[in-house]
Amino acid sequence: MPHGNGAPTDASLATTVTPELVAERLATGVPAPSPAVAEYALGLGDDALILSQRLGAWISRAPEIEEDIALGNIALDLIGHARSFLTYAGSAWGKSEDDLAYFRDEPEWRCVQLMELPNDDFAHTIVRQLAVSFSQYELYTRLSASSDPMLAAIAGKAVKEVDYHRDHGAQWMLRLAQGTDESRRRVEVAMTDVWPYVDELFRDEAFPDSLEGIGVRPSTLRDAFDAGVSAVLERVELTIPQGFIARGGGRRGVHSGTFGVLLAEMQVLARSHPGATW
Amino acid sequence: MSAVLEQVARPKPTDVASAAAWDLAATVVDPEVPVLTIADLGVLRSVVVDEAPAGSRIVVEITPTYSGCPAVDAIRDDIRSVLSAAGYADVDVHTVLSPAWTTDWMSDEGRQKLAAYGIAPPTGTRPAGPVSLGLGIRCPQCGSLHTRQLSRFGSTSCKALYVCQRCQEPFDYFKDH
Repeated sequence: MPHGNGAPTDASLATTVTPELVAERLATGVPAPSPAVAEYALGLGDDALILSQRLGAWISRAPEIEEDIALGNIALDLIGHARSFLTYAGSAWGKSEDDLAYFRDEPEWRCVQLMELPNDDFAHTIVRQLAVSFSQYELYTRLSASSDPMLAAIAGKAVKEVDYHRDHGAQWMLRLAQGTDESRRRVEVAMTDVWPYVDELFRDEAFPDSLEGIGVRPSTLRDAFDAGVSAVLERVELTIPQGFIARGGGRRGVHSGTFGVLLAEMQVLARSHPGATW
Repeated sequence: MSAVLEQVARPKPTDVASAAAWDLAATVVDPEVPVLTIADLGVLRSVVVDEAPAGSRIVVEITPTYSGCPAVDAIRDDIRSVLSAAGYADVDVHTVLSPAWTTDWMSDEGRQKLAAYGIAPPTGTRPAGPVSLGLGIRCPQCGSLHTRQLSRFGSTSCKALYVCQRCQEPFDYFKDH
């Protein structure tokens, strides 16, 4: 995450979200986001960053070279979203995007557990992409009308990119579900394994009433999400799995078994060589 | 391209000092697609020269094509370099996200340069719906519309990979966005 430098004089808060701007805001005493808004932005930024890290691990290992590129491209978009959200969140606490990405321990992360699930096989990754891209599309569409200009600007940019991710996920679902007996079997297994973690995306546990109109209440996204995903699944005679729901808790800092390993890999360079740039 | 859209895409300042600096900044090219300037792309959003002392301080705003586009850092450095060489002592370049960049802002000249370079320019139509279907993309080599998408994602965030069924050449397509 490279930093720019220099402090702009034109702090048009309605339109700019950069590390430079945050530095200026702090220097000139412009109020940073409230703790609740910062926590909310942190959750969205962590979702994007951790999924990006998982997807990056597919590069050189995807079923075909075009998919290496596709998943790498999607990961790059997500890094962009994460940088904006984390920079904004960090301004509330005097922390940079890098401070937040590299120097937080496991209980301090606010991503939902869906993002941190191991990649498993390609079907599992695609099922997760379907769920994440469709939910982020609904979320960012609504968030782009936020009363908080920064959140609105980040979401307005992100939604165009997530729309493309949505298409990627949907196309692959159709192909895998209608491919071979083996690809169909794997998609069905992946749906059963991944879907219990989808519920956490739509829980209001980390959404205080004070965020109304600023953030988007997660539970209000569920119907649109289910409708969008169902439209894809119906085409290939799949249904949304019912029943078991994972306990979750990612927004409170409760994470699953492999998350520590992911963090170690992501953070080791920055922690071994504090202040290094690359 | 309509005059109104052109004004949105390339909001060149009207004061003489800033307009001169805009023309300099507008020469910076996209490192990934070096036939296109940042003005052709609509990535250059504003240039403001402070009046005192004598235009020494300048603030440039750019917008990323995609949120994670790594070319932004190179473009920022190139703008600083061009303007410093022209005598501006204090150059600030920062990034704006709103309004979000769109390929609609690409100039007609830029589209022609892109095609001549071998990259199919954006068609100006975005597919819609959960499972979308785009229009045929014209091969920049032979002009055939008989082309096939190889990969929705290409060598950079802004491109997809196609192959021409007639001349058999693979080519990049600058995605509508």
